[in-house]
Amino acid sequence: MFKDLFQKKKKYATVPSVRDNHNRPKREIPEGIMNKCPKCGNIQYFKELEKNLKVCSECDHHMRLNAFERISMTLDDGRFFEYDSEMTSADPLNFPGYVEKLKQQHEKSGLHEAVITGEGTIGGFPVVMAVMSADFFTGSMGSVVGEKVTRAIEMAIQKQYPLIIFSTSGGARMQESILSLMQMAKTSAALGKLHESGGLYISVITDPTFGGITASFTMLGDIILAEPGAVVGFAGRRVIEQTIRQKLPDEFQTAEFNLKHGQIDMVVHRKDMKQTLAKLIDLHTVKGEVTHAE
Amino acid sequence: MQNELPYEQPLSELRQKIDELKRFGSEKGIDFSEEIARLEERYKKLEQEIYTNISPSQKMHLARHHQRPTTLDFISHIFTDFVELHGDRLFGDDLAIVGGIARLNGVPVTVIGHQRGKDTKDNIARFFGSPHPEGFRKALRLMYQADKFNRPIITLIDTKGAYPGNTAEQRGQAEAIARNLRDMAMLKVPIICVVIGEGGSGGALALGVGNRVLMLENAIYSVISPNGAASILWKDASKADQAAEAMKITAKDLLEMSVIEDIIPEPQGGAHKDVEATSLLLKEALTKHLNELLKMTPDELREDRYNKFRQIGQFQE
Repeated sequence: MFKDLFQKKKKYATVPSVRDNHNRPKREIPEGIMNKCPKCGNIQYFKELEKNLKVCSECDHHMRLNAFERISMTLDDGRFFEYDSEMTSADPLNFPGYVEKLKQQHEKSGLHEAVITGEGTIGGFPVVMAVMSADFFTGSMGSVVGEKVTRAIEMAIQKQYPLIIFSTSGGARMQESILSLMQMAKTSAALGKLHESGGLYISVITDPTFGGITASFTMLGDIILAEPGAVVGFAGRRVIEQTIRQKLPDEFQTAEFNLKHGQIDMVVHRKDMKQTLAKLIDLHTVKGEVTHAE
Repeated sequence: MQNELPYEQPLSELRQKIDELKRFGSEKGIDFSEEIARLEERYKKLEQEIYTNISPSQKMHLARHHQRPTTLDFISHIFTDFVELHGDRLFGDDLAIVGGIARLNGVPVTVIGHQRGKDTKDNIARFFGSPHPEGFRKALRLMYQADKFNRPIITLIDTKGAYPGNTAEQRGQAEAIARNLRDMAMLKVPIICVVIGEGGSGGALALGVGNRVLMLENAIYSVISPNGAASILWKDASKADQAAEAMKITAKDLLEMSVIEDIIPEPQGGAHKDVEATSLLLKEALTKHLNELLKMTPDELREDRYNKFRQIGQFQE
């Protein structure tokens, strides 16, 4: 390894060159060719990384995916029929700077909102799927996310398809204040109807998932899966540390921590996710039909 | 005066002046009655002015006033035969939420609410009215009990939010709130929710999925505390007042957005100035709305509740 060669130099005293550090640009990785793992710093070819489903080959860190990547990895042949693709946020409160921020987020991510909903098949089973994307407004839930998720749930009830939601979110969208909060009740009430109709709902937690999303549809799955290392909770680490006035352990709120505390069913590696979903859906079928209890 | 709010200061200053003048007059035997009458007149006007134009940030302080009546105050003033029930049957009894059975105008109902403490010791025991998962689970247990015995449910909301602690997280804070939201939507009895003080985020909403959601005039209800919003949006928690204005957190704002159905007036100066009168007004509102809901069938009640929340949200397509 290169690293080993350079370590020998440590035997000598080194004088840090201030001038050099200032003028030389930070070692940037050429975008689109190489990628540096945010956890272990391992540098690998982007193409290799993509082949590896954006999981670091060194430390197994699951890098964050946007909704498009998630859909193409999960659904058969990446084929997806999108619902409500044109729905966008209004600015119901005339909140300072909201409209500009929405525009920025759209330009940055290419998304209209923080969730994409629609249908496709997994292992041949038709499903309704909602996928959140943290690259739009940190995946926060305002009226649009609430409405799209609710419509997806209603579609799952109507079509009697299993529902799969991939969550990632910073929480509620402050710029829509109380309307954001009420989306928690709206989506949860819709899940109540799905629950009663006997429909299957598998919730998949990805990094990071917090606040109003966790405290509504994310934790209401019949089965709750999470990617390794995904951090999920209600309150954020910083707020909790301020409240209890002590440092929290590193593993606090990780998928593994939540598994240990009985909050989720399984931690599933990204390479096994599709298979696991297909198997779970299959286990809910009788004679090829997805069962609807009742 | 230790109980006054900052915006009430001009009032107390004027009151002080009037008192001084009275004392001075009686000591020296000088008749100031004309001046005093004039000052009293001005006091009334000022009072009117201050109390009819309470800004959102002033309401935030009013809603958090330490003397503001709490759930247990309202229960003792409005209901009879209250029997408090305890525990979630899973882990413990969270004193940040109180609940039980009582009679409203003679009719048995289940009443549940967040409970702030009356003093520091009480506040510590009640986690300042911020529930752990066991609080939400106790509430849901009592709601299922109400559903079984066909009792209407009344919830009183008054919390800064769910308790942000490590043990709360470990025991499933998010799951507890989520389950309340889902299962409250499915109950077959009338549910009336009243925000009596501060309605803070998911911890408030976990008792808030009702057929009717009402607010006391000076109560606030928001997705995040104005302090929290200010520190996230502007990296400055001291801009809470500014955030309070931008976030539309007052009863009037929420009525305009069709998030709530009714506003319950408070006595001049706020609920803490006259708990008796506030209770009477709250009781009137509860009676009126409950009578309307009692005309609905169980299925209609569920559908009504679903539709209420289903239509909330604004977007373009």
